[in-house]
Amino acid sequence: MSDHSSIDSSGHEAPGNDSHAQDIAGHINTYMWIFGSLLVGTVLTVLMYYVDFSSMAMTVAVALFIASIKAFLVAAYFMHLMSEKKLVYSVLLLAAFFFTGLMGLTLWGSFDLPTNSIHKTSYVP
Amino acid sequence: MEIPYTYKARPDTGLYNAKVGIWLFLASEIMLFGALFSAYILLRVSAPVGFWPETALAWPRGLLNIPIGTFNTAVLITSSVTVVMAWASLQMNKFNHFRIYMVITVLCAFAFLGIKSFEYNDKFSHYVVQTKSGKPVTGHIEVNGKHPRFWNFSDQWTLARLTAENVKEISVAVDPERDEHGHVKSHSNHAHENRTIATDDIQFLGSYTPATHPFFAVYFLITALHGLHVLGGALVLAYFAFPGAKMWKDNPQQFINRIEVGGLFWHFVDLVWIFLFPVVYLL
Repeated sequence: MSDHSSIDSSGHEAPGNDSHAQDIAGHINTYMWIFGSLLVGTVLTVLMYYVDFSSMAMTVAVALFIASIKAFLVAAYFMHLMSEKKLVYSVLLLAAFFFTGLMGLTLWGSFDLPTNSIHKTSYVP
Repeated sequence: MEIPYTYKARPDTGLYNAKVGIWLFLASEIMLFGALFSAYILLRVSAPVGFWPETALAWPRGLLNIPIGTFNTAVLITSSVTVVMAWASLQMNKFNHFRIYMVITVLCAFAFLGIKSFEYNDKFSHYVVQTKSGKPVTGHIEVNGKHPRFWNFSDQWTLARLTAENVKEISVAVDPERDEHGHVKSHSNHAHENRTIATDDIQFLGSYTPATHPFFAVYFLITALHGLHVLGGALVLAYFAFPGAKMWKDNPQQFINRIEVGGLFWHFVDLVWIFLFPVVYLL
């Protein structure tokens, strides 16, 4: 909470002082690396589409794994979640809890699906 | 009375007001998109096998244009980098750089929307045709020598409308053949061969729109909601880049905070797309 050296822009430092500017320059380097990694991740995601993983579950797992890594890079570095304040983490923890609950319900629901309830009339094989 | 902590951080939380606000908002956005992804999962796993005629799969794969989707992903990632660079430029007191980065960000946003509308256009005039005598085909159709106009929803064709208007046959510019995974077969002819199909031989005709398959319902709903977020974000960022930039002179720290908060929203929009792209284009 008292980490004034990080660039959290929470009003501790005036813009434009020298050590601060150097600090930022270092961050810009990181942003460029993340940019490159995200583009590589995108290419990997697309290449994965042309690989036959034998099962759909595996295909989904690989795709979501790559997407999660990309999402982590964006959240951790561009959104500065690497060095955020405790209150922000608390808010996100709450969101994570409810999101997990939502997906848990989805999983639960998928064991008890209504059959043929959608579009009965549009296409008949 | 002056509102406290509009730009100075509150000592106990270390956060200024807007930052708490944006994170609460983003938490609610996670739930909004989460609910739609949940609907996608349930629709997909409950779709009966053979529900998508072309490949005898329950769920269509590979119907969206992957090169275009990949390019659009790169556009959005680029805009995410430029918005964080805009914020960093302000931190280094380089206002001109800030404005250049913001302009690039907004241009990327509109490029993304332009490309997306091109894709939408293509889907509205793309059809799947199940014939009584053979395998189903997909492609752009011509009725009475005319392409259906995408911007006119009443110009969408169905079997009922063909019969009602006494249309004897339609012409289909047939797409390349796909295997059971939805991949285009390597030996298939990539030139779109034109085929004439008699109305009497058609069992089902539907455009790539929500009425034809829940895939399109989910696709259009989530991507359009995401598109609205892109549009809203772009307008706010454009405001910060030009009229709103007056604040830089009076209260630079609050202005930097605004850019940070706007940027956080923008990164979130990028995050949603990072999941949306593989889910609707590739899986």
